[in-house]
Amino acid sequence: MSATEFFQNVVNALQWGSFYALIALGYSMVYGVLLLFNFAHGDIFMVGAYIGFFVATAFLALFASGVGIITLPSWAILVLVILATMFLTSFVGMAVERIGYRPLRHAPRASAAITGLMIGIIFETSILAMFGAQRMKFPELLPGLASASQPTFGGVIISWQKILIVGVALVLMLLLQWFVSNTKWGMAMRAMAFDFAAVPLMGVPLNRIAALTFALGSALAGAAAVLYSMAYPVLDPYMGITVGWKAFVAAILGGRGSIKGAALAGFLLGFIEIFAATVFPSTYRDLIAYSIILIILVFRPHGMFGEEHTARLRL
Amino acid sequence: MPLLEVKHMTHYFGGLRAVHDFNLSIEKGEIRGLIGPNGAGKSTVFNLITGIYRPTEGQVIFKGQNITGKRPHQIAAMGLGRTFQNLRLWRHMTVLEHVKMARYSKLTYGLVGAFFDTRKRRREEAEAEKVARDLLDLLGVYNVAHELVTNLPYGMQRRVEMARALAVEPDILFLDEPTAGMNPEELVEMMDVIRQVHQEFDLAIFLIEHRMKFVMELCQRIQTLVFGEVIAEGTPEEIQNNPKVIEAYLGEEVET
Repeated sequence: MSATEFFQNVVNALQWGSFYALIALGYSMVYGVLLLFNFAHGDIFMVGAYIGFFVATAFLALFASGVGIITLPSWAILVLVILATMFLTSFVGMAVERIGYRPLRHAPRASAAITGLMIGIIFETSILAMFGAQRMKFPELLPGLASASQPTFGGVIISWQKILIVGVALVLMLLLQWFVSNTKWGMAMRAMAFDFAAVPLMGVPLNRIAALTFALGSALAGAAAVLYSMAYPVLDPYMGITVGWKAFVAAILGGRGSIKGAALAGFLLGFIEIFAATVFPSTYRDLIAYSIILIILVFRPHGMFGEEHTARLRL
Repeated sequence: MPLLEVKHMTHYFGGLRAVHDFNLSIEKGEIRGLIGPNGAGKSTVFNLITGIYRPTEGQVIFKGQNITGKRPHQIAAMGLGRTFQNLRLWRHMTVLEHVKMARYSKLTYGLVGAFFDTRKRRREEAEAEKVARDLLDLLGVYNVAHELVTNLPYGMQRRVEMARALAVEPDILFLDEPTAGMNPEELVEMMDVIRQVHQEFDLAIFLIEHRMKFVMELCQRIQTLVFGEVIAEGTPEEIQNNPKVIEAYLGEEVET
């Protein structure tokens, strides 16, 4: 592998890592606060992509130059699409918490896990029922971006799109880190992770914090969905399964509950996958990548930043 | 009007009657004790009043408002602070964070305010920080403000818990066995701490205790709970000499 090839792969790995990291954060936060794996999270990502599709279509019709009522520059439309999708997807997460998980808060953990899987299937099949099996094409939000001259660095092509995806992902992760460490809700999330029972007795509304945790995780999945759809603009009802499971692996690899861990493990997973595919035949990619992760977990069963018995939300 | 009033409170766990016809009336500034053997239902009484369980029958009236069935966080925010029998601290949060967390109900800024870091948010957070630091100072744990609570000795953790309970600006403080697991030296210190916060904030205090000496010295009135029922109520002297109380402690001598 030449140096150019190597760095080209680094760039690709960063893009995939961004998707995994954003989704893994949702798994990890919910686990960290409520000690449950939200197995519907991958499908929340998928629903986010569909929400993104409709938001993007609507905003392009309203604001794109030539057709819209008010003309906005395409970067402004993109920002609006991401924000609106995050906002709407957060409600999907809150609904899942309210309807699916809250009634089971005192039930055995397995019930919640099964509920998550069922909610996932319900999402997949309802999207299938509503829009059919035909794949939908995500509209181009930044026309001309792909054909513009791309920045290169010593022969490595770093496309604008990848810069955008990685940049947005990093900004969102920093915002989340800030939120959890500096606001009263973030503090409440961490407190809830350590002792559920004491939290309401200090005047903190438990259910609201639980809903907010789901909202934040789902909003990040919504953002990931828009970014993902810009890179791979084909939507189908099962698109959340593989990506979702891989992000789940990243959450475990990072250490349950660890924000830093989920973010780093997401990127690590991107690197392992991409480099496995360059060294070995690409059909072996997942086999090799996940064998490596299995070996890591044998030696660090609680993940990179995980500790025994403290799978709790922390920075 | 009493600060806190409990009328005919009865609670069942399934078929088991845990508390039967419990009545209580606490005035502002009063220190009240609840004693009784293990499993008598003392902590259940606390959990019923603070909203963790909803009483099967009866009413709880706090500051003239019926709070029966209200959620624990609403009751806490109305001015009821609480500590726990086995410390319920958030192990990997700092001392200062514990106390600031309990200011939650006093912080009114919204999500938008947080993201745009408005002046209101800064003012409220600065205020919370100041209140928290003052409380830590009062309880003598200011110098460990940035330590994780896991790293502190037990007596100090108790003080942190007390500071946290005080941060909700309570009118009444519920202390569930504040001296559990303490050595005699720490016990004397805790007694001073309780007296100090009682004076400083003009609080009513309702406490569960096992150590007779402690209850007798601090409380103006004491109730004795046995199998969920109050078998005796009165001043420390009356309780000490009450044959039913002596019997309930199975011949254990009621030490003074």
